[in-house]
Amino acid sequence: MAVTLSEAAAKHVANFLQKRGKGIGVRLGVKTSGCSGMAYKLEFADSAEAEDLVFESRGLKILVDPRSLPYIDGTELDFAKEGLNEGFKFNNPNVKDQCGCGESFNV
Amino acid sequence: MALLQISEPGQSAAPHEHRLAVGIDLGTTNSLVATVKSGMAVVLNDEKGRSLLPSVVRYGAEGAVDVGYGAQARQSQDPKNTIVSVKRFMGRGLKDIAHVESMPYAFEDAPGMVRLRTVQGVRSPVEISAEILRSLRVRAEASLGGALTGAVITVPAYFDDAQRQATKDAARLAGLNVLRLLNEPTAAAIAYGLDNGAEGIYAVYDLGGGTFDISILKLAKGVFQVLSTGGDSALGGDDFDHRVFCWIIEEAKLAPVSHQDARLLLTKAREAKETLTQHGEAPVTVKLGSGEYVDVKLTTEIFTEITRTLVQKTLGPTRKALRDAGLAPEEIKGVVMVGGATRMPQIQRAVAEYFGQEPLNNLDPDKVVALGAAIQANLLAGNRAAGDDWLLLDVIPLSLGLETMGGLVEKVIPRNSTIPIARAQEFTTFKDGQTAMAVHVVQGERELVSDCRSLARFELRGIPPMVAGAARIRVTFQVDADGLLSVTAREQTTGHEARVEVKPSYGLSEDEITSMLKDGFEHASDDAFRRALREAQVEAQRLIEATQSALREDADLLSTLERAHVDHCVAKLQALVIGDDRRAIDAAMDALNKGTAEFAARRMNRNVQRALAGKSIDQI
Repeated sequence: MAVTLSEAAAKHVANFLQKRGKGIGVRLGVKTSGCSGMAYKLEFADSAEAEDLVFESRGLKILVDPRSLPYIDGTELDFAKEGLNEGFKFNNPNVKDQCGCGESFNV
Repeated sequence: MALLQISEPGQSAAPHEHRLAVGIDLGTTNSLVATVKSGMAVVLNDEKGRSLLPSVVRYGAEGAVDVGYGAQARQSQDPKNTIVSVKRFMGRGLKDIAHVESMPYAFEDAPGMVRLRTVQGVRSPVEISAEILRSLRVRAEASLGGALTGAVITVPAYFDDAQRQATKDAARLAGLNVLRLLNEPTAAAIAYGLDNGAEGIYAVYDLGGGTFDISILKLAKGVFQVLSTGGDSALGGDDFDHRVFCWIIEEAKLAPVSHQDARLLLTKAREAKETLTQHGEAPVTVKLGSGEYVDVKLTTEIFTEITRTLVQKTLGPTRKALRDAGLAPEEIKGVVMVGGATRMPQIQRAVAEYFGQEPLNNLDPDKVVALGAAIQANLLAGNRAAGDDWLLLDVIPLSLGLETMGGLVEKVIPRNSTIPIARAQEFTTFKDGQTAMAVHVVQGERELVSDCRSLARFELRGIPPMVAGAARIRVTFQVDADGLLSVTAREQTTGHEARVEVKPSYGLSEDEITSMLKDGFEHASDDAFRRALREAQVEAQRLIEATQSALREDADLLSTLERAHVDHCVAKLQALVIGDDRRAIDAAMDALNKGTAEFAARRMNRNVQRALAGKSIDQI
């Protein structure tokens, strides 16, 4: 049971957190919506909720609420560049299919 | 796969909640709509998978309005109510439109813009264009699944204010929020520049259905700089069709044809042209409404021959744009081809020959403008990713300057300067004790104010009285990113300031700009002569003023004989200064200068004595 960060993702998360000036880590999760059922949530975390599961990866805290974990367990958060566009990418082993744009998925 | 950004806590955007923005290429012949999906610009197709929407609107007798292929199919049956190439009428009066006689429409001249009488009543080009835009909006909303935040609509680089305004009005009528109007070649550059990451100086050769534009662009580190532009707003693929149409009439020895037949033949002419892109010859066989049969064969050779002048016509503005950018053809790293008409082999050949290289056409020339507009729209709608802060620079089409003594133009910002730009220049007073200065802002390439366009006038008052030439007035021209010019005049010692704002690029039509540019080149030597004359006249006036002022003060320093000589020289110069013999004016000025040399020396001595009078050596 773990959620991890790739080296590139960790670098960028650390960078963003530092620029933002606050926050204890990032929160990964899922919510139901989108054309394929589920959508990822990627937010800064300012505080941990009591039930949160906290993972440490490359020195950074990753917070996941227990309801989301089954859907993203084993995920490695990566940072990728596509042309001029760059951003984070969920490498999620649980995904069966995703919508064309990849913003939502199904397990 | 879409790339995510980290949101603030609780602010995760729901998927597909991007603000939907589209780029629209509102073309003369065809229109397209494109958007950015997951960072990729894509053209949105209709339900039949077709990307192009023919810019054809048909008003049916039964009250329906048909846009696109349906309208195009019916155009030869109902030419009067089927409007093609409406873009040519945008913001135009009846007299501005070429080939009116061969058009099947019932035009109605109206102030500002023509109207067309259709079976559904009188329609303005704005309303007709709005039908096309509405059709694209519906297509975009269906394929994106939501209402659009806004759209970027492209226009030819040389569209004037009336044409741009008409385009905006059409969009509003179609229920679109216009984020920005974008010049077509610039949109093409955005599509190529961002998609290919190319750097260097590029030419964008855009031969669309109805307009030709050439732009010289510098792409570096994500910054687009338009070095120069040129073009012809009444030259495009339609003209090639028209040449073929005329050739068919001649070849088949047809009597003047009806509107239906003219439309039918124009359609056949276009088909023949398109066939020649892939084949060596194109048969034209058609039965006209008059019962006549047409059966002719258009070959590549004939086609090349009858359109040679049109191809050449595109190279003139191309040369000029290069000259404006101070570049030779071999300095161009690549030539971007835009517009369906650039598929014609003889165009590809002519461009390749001129630039000494094969033109780039790895993006679909019909789609490239829409794709660029979509990228721009996506950014303007706020869907920008971190680091997407590239800049778009534009140029001013004609020099900006102000009037100086003698009706001469002092250029402050030369044409093709990139905007935003600010330039300042110092001017001074012409007369002793002058306390106000009129600032007349003009635009154009000619040396004399009377040959340029007047933009604005204002006055700077409160200059402290000083001798001529002592005041320092700093005039600053500033053109912001939207092309808005503000001119500020400031007297440096007192800080008195006056300013005015104008929109320099607006209100001038492309024809006016072109003819002003042409005049500038044609009259260059003439102008240089007249400038030299005016300068001599101004200098002579100044000399006369100075002499007379000296005579008022120190007339006693001259003997009667000497005074008579000076008066004679002044009178002679005064007589010559209104004429146009520069040499005579120069000679008379020389004579006056010589005739007053001794007088000037005596005045100098007297002033020195006055200054020294009553002072001991130590005080000096």
